[in-house]
Amino acid sequence: MRAESQSRRLVYWLSVAAGLVFAIVPLPGWLDTARPDLALLAIIYWILTSPRIAGLGYAWLAGLILDALRGLVLGQHALAFLVVAFLTHKLQLRIRMFPLLHQAASVLLLLGLYHFIIFWTDGLTGHSYTAWTRWLPILSGALIWPLIVAAGDTLSRRSR
Amino acid sequence: MVELSHDFRPIIGRGPPLGAAFLTLSVLSIALMVADHRYGQLTRVRSWLSMVTFPVQAIVDLPFHAWDRVGQSLADRESLRAEKLELTARLRLANLQLQRFAALEDENRRLRDMRENSAGVADRVVVASILNVDLDPYRHRVLLDKGASDEVFKGQAILDADGIVGQVFRVNPHTAEAILISDAEHAIPVQSNRSGVRTIAVGTGDPDKLSLPFVTVEADLRAGDLLLSTGMGGVFPPGYPVAEVTKVEHAATATFAKVEAKPTAHLDRAREVLLVWFRPPVPPPQPAAAAPVVPAGPATNAPASTGAAAPPAATGGGE
Repeated sequence: MRAESQSRRLVYWLSVAAGLVFAIVPLPGWLDTARPDLALLAIIYWILTSPRIAGLGYAWLAGLILDALRGLVLGQHALAFLVVAFLTHKLQLRIRMFPLLHQAASVLLLLGLYHFIIFWTDGLTGHSYTAWTRWLPILSGALIWPLIVAAGDTLSRRSR
Repeated sequence: MVELSHDFRPIIGRGPPLGAAFLTLSVLSIALMVADHRYGQLTRVRSWLSMVTFPVQAIVDLPFHAWDRVGQSLADRESLRAEKLELTARLRLANLQLQRFAALEDENRRLRDMRENSAGVADRVVVASILNVDLDPYRHRVLLDKGASDEVFKGQAILDADGIVGQVFRVNPHTAEAILISDAEHAIPVQSNRSGVRTIAVGTGDPDKLSLPFVTVEADLRAGDLLLSTGMGGVFPPGYPVAEVTKVEHAATATFAKVEAKPTAHLDRAREVLLVWFRPPVPPPQPAAAAPVVPAGPATNAPASTGAAAPPAATGGGE
């Protein structure tokens, strides 16, 4: 029992770290603007499937590291990750009952909230970019949610 | 009362109580943002974090770096020969220009010495490569592989072979973040090589375009003019090419012309850039230069000589 939760914790940390690495890998043109936030999607997935393991602290830390990686104002992504993780925790019992399509829709809302917080803090710190393409990652994130679920389920079956 | 169990935990998995953690962490992140943005006091925190982030960034860069290496070692004889021929031709041309340049430089130094203004000539140059890391699609920022350990400092100018690229805005122990001149938040003082008009070139967020918003319709600026750095502000060394004017639009009723320029440096393709250390220009030369034109006039700023650099000077000249 103990060992199992340890290995799941490890998988959780590694998958979020991989998402963070993906956030700075150079991608060509359109893929770059529509780059899905894999780290946040991984956090949402793990909170939905194993809320006892995926707490708020690590989500916050992942956001902070993302800020440092991208050279942004420290605390910006940390706050956004934290709010999304908190809401996911609160709605966890409901969202995990939803069919996949429903789930993707709620992920869309969560990602929308995330990007709104980033947009808002960007505006407060004087970096506001109003190009509509900045909202594309919300859509791409919701679209690949089924893939995230499939990949995550495979991973957690492995680690069990 | 029938007690089924003393264990009141719900059957379905539910995490630990979150309210307190959420509150503390959100207050902490807001405090971090304020401390970082308003007061810029987190250099130490950033250097701790860079112990985590630097390896990650290096790992992301690694495959691209390795691919370049492989490409170089597998290049065939024929393409190497062609490249060598081209480089030799370019070297010959450059040497030819350099012969004239040496004489000009001597002359220039003599003239400058007469004016007691040995304005910033590059003292020392270090080559840095740009790490293959995407920082943000909407900001033109890049990550260099030289940092505080190589004496890089904040505000240092970055050049490539064709012109000015940008400046360093944050220094980490082993890396430095730089802002390109095409970033929408960057501005650089420039001067037209042909007419001497001084103005400011502002980034647009497009790597092939700078905008010159403070040029009056009377200012002598044409498409094809080369814009050089003036060295004002002491960040950039003076006299290096920045951009070439591509478009000048004079609207009949407007005070300011719509001027666009294309950076001479290859901002979106540069892989290696030069970090420059130079002596900043000595400030006093203005009174000496202005004296022959306007005798004993400390209040007159002589807008005619500077062209139209700033909006107030421009309206003064129009009346």
